[in-house]
Amino acid sequence: MPDSSSLRQVKDDIYGTPLFDGRAAARGYALNKMCFSFNEAANRAAFKADEDAYCERFGLDAAQRDAIRNRSVLELIAAGGNAYYLAKFAGIFGLDMQDIGAQQTGLTKEQFKARLVAAGRT
Amino acid sequence: MATIIGGITTSHVPAIGRAIARQLQDDPYWKPFFSGFTPVRQWLAEVKPDIAVVFYNDHGLNFFLDKMPTFAVGAAAEYRNADEGWGIPQVPPFAGATELSWHLIESLVAQDFDLTTCQEMTVDHAFTLPLALLWPDQKWPVQVVPVCINTVLFPLPSAARCLALGQAVGRAVKSWQRDARVVVLGTGGLSHQLEGERAGHINKPFDIAFMDSLAKDPAWATRYSINDLVREAGTQGIELLNWVAARGALTGQVRELHRNYHIPISNTAAGLMLFENRD
Repeated sequence: MPDSSSLRQVKDDIYGTPLFDGRAAARGYALNKMCFSFNEAANRAAFKADEDAYCERFGLDAAQRDAIRNRSVLELIAAGGNAYYLAKFAGIFGLDMQDIGAQQTGLTKEQFKARLVAAGRT
Repeated sequence: MATIIGGITTSHVPAIGRAIARQLQDDPYWKPFFSGFTPVRQWLAEVKPDIAVVFYNDHGLNFFLDKMPTFAVGAAAEYRNADEGWGIPQVPPFAGATELSWHLIESLVAQDFDLTTCQEMTVDHAFTLPLALLWPDQKWPVQVVPVCINTVLFPLPSAARCLALGQAVGRAVKSWQRDARVVVLGTGGLSHQLEGERAGHINKPFDIAFMDSLAKDPAWATRYSINDLVREAGTQGIELLNWVAARGALTGQVRELHRNYHIPISNTAAGLMLFENRD
């Protein structure tokens, strides 16, 4: 009979690869719920009109509000954000997945795109 | 007797929707991706399916994290797309094959799959874009049954479980006493990762090995744990579970008719495969 830890699926042992497990989902619930609301254009407009009030409405904690203010994807993930929901947040500012990738990897967008292209040549 | 005539597996990146809206199909960046679909459209025009059963994952349109089913089957008369946060033009609604939905649900539960049934369900880009790639005029000639697999909130169902789900769907369709021609779709992948310091991860050798396995050895991916699949294919590459399920539904003699593989579309290694299934 394996012990319970070996039955766990989520091991968090892959470099630079946060897995969105129950712990992250609980940590980030308010943040992801706010991002889920951005499916609706009226909510995106309300956020843009008054960011702090909008964050307050969803009960974001200090770390989450700082991460939102800083537009920092790694901070948002550390505060429980899920990539698919953060993509809706990023969309408000017209950021695409290469902007997001560049920010997290410390590359320029052009460098990040070049790395993707290079992955096709290997 | 219903028959499954074949399967199509494809990536489903939101940027494809933006490219379609801006008519960039012949743009140098997009052409290697869009042109891959021509042989698949020709095949569809020949075989004329009536119904598409679509294995995909929702990204926060129909399901939020408040309730996250591992496997959910649509049983609605109509499925609508909606704004996912980017304001991309939406595709027309899809007609549900409700009688097949309920037959699948009955049959899958009888085969010990504990499902969530959805009589109201929006469908996001993972569902709409593959259909828009297959039928660009967006006059859908098929009714649909969505089968949604959780690839968002860990723990995820194993590759073995997704393969078994697909096989159970295949058996269920074959047991449906209707003269219907069914095509199975699996959407998502291939290797990509949006988050973390490893964002941008792409693994071409793994993707090629996975695609090579599908026709002859559909259980190949089941040798990997979910953690190992993420290590190889990335946090979003894990969407390949939808391909594994779709392949599982092809229970006859399976032959690969076409494939395309192109890096990158957005942050993604885009894959496309077409399989014929003969019982």
